[in-house]
Amino acid sequence: MRTVKTETIIENIKEMCIEATHFLSDDMKQVFEEAVQTEESPLGKQILNQLQENLEIAGNDMIPICQDTGMAVIFVKIGQEVHIEGGSLTDAINEGVRRGYVDGFLRKSVVADPIYRENTKDNTPAVIHYDIVEGDTIDITVAPKGFGSENMSRVFMLKPADGIEGVKEAILTAVRDAGPNACPPMVVGVGIGGTFEKCALLAKKALTRNVLEGSPIEYVKNLEKEMLEKINCLGIGPGGLGGTKTALAVNIETYPTHIAGLPVAVNICCHVNRHAHRVI
Amino acid sequence: MDRYINAPISDEDARSLRAGDYVYITGTIYTARDAAHKRMYEALGEGKELPLSMENNIIYYMGPSPAREGRPIGSAGPTTASRMDKYAPSLLDLGLKGMIGKGKRSQAVKDAIIRNGAVYFAAVGGAGALLAQRITKSTVIAYDDLGTEAIRELEVKDFPVIVVIDSEGNDLYETAVSQYRKI
Repeated sequence: MRTVKTETIIENIKEMCIEATHFLSDDMKQVFEEAVQTEESPLGKQILNQLQENLEIAGNDMIPICQDTGMAVIFVKIGQEVHIEGGSLTDAINEGVRRGYVDGFLRKSVVADPIYRENTKDNTPAVIHYDIVEGDTIDITVAPKGFGSENMSRVFMLKPADGIEGVKEAILTAVRDAGPNACPPMVVGVGIGGTFEKCALLAKKALTRNVLEGSPIEYVKNLEKEMLEKINCLGIGPGGLGGTKTALAVNIETYPTHIAGLPVAVNICCHVNRHAHRVI
Repeated sequence: MDRYINAPISDEDARSLRAGDYVYITGTIYTARDAAHKRMYEALGEGKELPLSMENNIIYYMGPSPAREGRPIGSAGPTTASRMDKYAPSLLDLGLKGMIGKGKRSQAVKDAIIRNGAVYFAAVGGAGALLAQRITKSTVIAYDDLGTEAIRELEVKDFPVIVVIDSEGNDLYETAVSQYRKI
């Protein structure tokens, strides 16, 4: 048994909230750079240049990359040999989010009730997904999710007969409908299989995967590549103002499913695909 | 075409802008997003006065992140405009001449833009740090309790936007995308 204090978790979550909202990961920077080089529309290129300049300003001056610093989505893989000391783990995670958003000058975008909509003023609660795994470490990914793109995300309950062609059409439909609202160039996370909620979770998880690494499954990797090419033929372009770079990456995750179904979730993320990762 | 205009925006300037123009705005504009629009709409329904005049003004659909010490504002990029579509026609009919946001608008909003000789601009979504540098002053003037959603008066200098829908109803999202669409 290894003991981890809640104070350690709080401090790490706080730092990760601030890190994720001010700096993009190296893989995201690389696909950005490639997009600037290959965009065919002059206005599209100009917008991509502005976004790169924006990234520099954000990091240098510590201004969040985007004012929508998101709802904090947190994936936690807890080793079953870990003992948490100092109170509830969930409370510690929310305290870390609270400190990150308050001390880090991040926007508080969470309302306590979806209908009455009173702001909680500290961006809590987070959306936390726990996994219990082997080992004695805690693996944490903090992925603050903006809602311009979240609002354009979809779940499709396809029929088995729809097959892979149905999946392709679902992805294209979601991206086409998202258009300029989702702040393209987008990153597209797709979940295929599982149940209604499982495919949505897979799609969200897909967004946190390195965008330069394809899926380890051969046909899925090919599908990612094919869909990226197809999406970039939709013409939406940077800012939705026309161009050849509508998406920077497509990441797809799959899971076994039921004989009667083919669930597909498309979680769209803007170009500010934020995530910070640490192992404690 | 590159254009430099002042805000509040004159009727002539608003009518002369064309979809696709790259515009730098200098002057005073106001922020309002979902919650502030809902309140203004309810105030109108109850026959009350709005907290600001719409006459020739520009509303920026934006809720900033908090300012660090010594700075006027935090990150300050546009939010999705379509969520304000329910409220925008009434404000346009009261003299609102410009809106800055991102994303498509409804036909009702387009009709109100044409009817009133107004204009819809897009700012680059997700460029909040860059856009913040063009804002020199920010003052909350109404609905302070709404936090980031309060109405702010902003002083802007060469604030960069692109005309998406002009007073003739041309829509850049439609025309520009068709130029690059291959499937």
